[in-house]
Amino acid sequence: MIPAQFEYVAADSAEHAISLLVSHGDDAKLLAGGHSLLPMMKLRLAAPELLIDIGGLTELAGVATDGDELVIGATTRHADLAASELVRAEAPLLAYAAAQVGDPQIRHRGTIGGSLSHADPAADLPMALVALGGSVTLQGPGGTRTVPADDFFLGYFETVVQPDEVLVAVRVPRRPGVPWGYQKFVRRANDWAIVGVAAIDGRIALANMGPTPLRAIAAEQALAAGASVADAAEHAADETSPGEDMHADREYRRHLARVLTRRALEHQTG
Amino acid sequence: MSHIELTVNGEKRSDDVEPRLLLVHYLREVLGLRAANVGCDTTSCGACTVLLDGKSVKSCTVLAVQAAGHDVTTAEGLASAGELHPVQAAFRQHHGLQCGFCTPGMVMATVGLLSENPDPTEMQVREALEGNLCRCTGYHNIIKAVLAAAEAAQASAWAAGIEESA
Repeated sequence: MIPAQFEYVAADSAEHAISLLVSHGDDAKLLAGGHSLLPMMKLRLAAPELLIDIGGLTELAGVATDGDELVIGATTRHADLAASELVRAEAPLLAYAAAQVGDPQIRHRGTIGGSLSHADPAADLPMALVALGGSVTLQGPGGTRTVPADDFFLGYFETVVQPDEVLVAVRVPRRPGVPWGYQKFVRRANDWAIVGVAAIDGRIALANMGPTPLRAIAAEQALAAGASVADAAEHAADETSPGEDMHADREYRRHLARVLTRRALEHQTG
Repeated sequence: MSHIELTVNGEKRSDDVEPRLLLVHYLREVLGLRAANVGCDTTSCGACTVLLDGKSVKSCTVLAVQAAGHDVTTAEGLASAGELHPVQAAFRQHHGLQCGFCTPGMVMATVGLLSENPDPTEMQVREALEGNLCRCTGYHNIIKAVLAAAEAAQASAWAAGIEESA
């Protein structure tokens, strides 16, 4: 499968990429690892006229601490996130989630900014960001803004990122030693989650239980009110609207959300 | 057209390519290096696995222009002076292939794995090859070959260490 024709520019800075976005609008797309965008272009589900490659911008890659947060550059690849000593110590849930994405080859290419921008509700990193209560930094022609994870995802493959903005960084709270749980139900190795659950410190996030990664608010509230793990987990699918596909119908996904939430809460490490 | 300069199997290459040209097609059709196979063409099967700066990637999901300035290694670049690479030798010795279609990808994924983890457990090998499918389902011998290649590399590193300290 061959993508439709496009022009290609390797951006030399985030500002360069933004100026190209400003002048080309919706006809342009950012390329980093390309592991969400290129498959869509090969299937001709996407046919941008211009690809702006930010994958080579070292200024956008890497992990650093900033006060009580970790700051992760948007082009940090999954394999580097999973292997980062800093991330493993300060936000082990995020390192673990990065190691669950696809397979080693995919993790060598895919980037955290790309995964979040693509906003597949079945994906690992969007769910992890919601569980951690992180945020993303968007840079546009007028400056930067920071959007909390809970407000970032709007719908299937849809986020608040504007056509002239670049997701430049991801911020997560530093949580060394805080217990966390992670459950991902798949039928085949390297698949997307049929349902996923990430839990840390009273926050519970669900993958593939609706058009965006979701908080299991009712279960969180039950836990906060002193319910047992088993009783709280019974509420994990409340207020969710999972889709149906060849792998699972709606009721089965709801069942999985309850079981996996119980397991995520029972089997916490940290 | 975009101009790219890169290194493939140690040789400098320089070409004008369409931006939409996939790395696997650049390797196969422009350079004539046919080891990397196009299997699923959807980042699933791993038959097109090559090393990009030493790390395994699926070349059906990388643009040739993204490889500009980087170092690509294909299965053709493994053997030297008529000697099979230890991973190739182990696949032959342990019959880690049936029809052979997945083999170049399996071998390159293995070379990438052993550079990151020279002494993997069997479970680590199985997990590291989750992105490579063998339609003949010949996985048992593939796993044996990978473990044997790791052991051979460990043994030769050990021998080299003895020689050095002697």
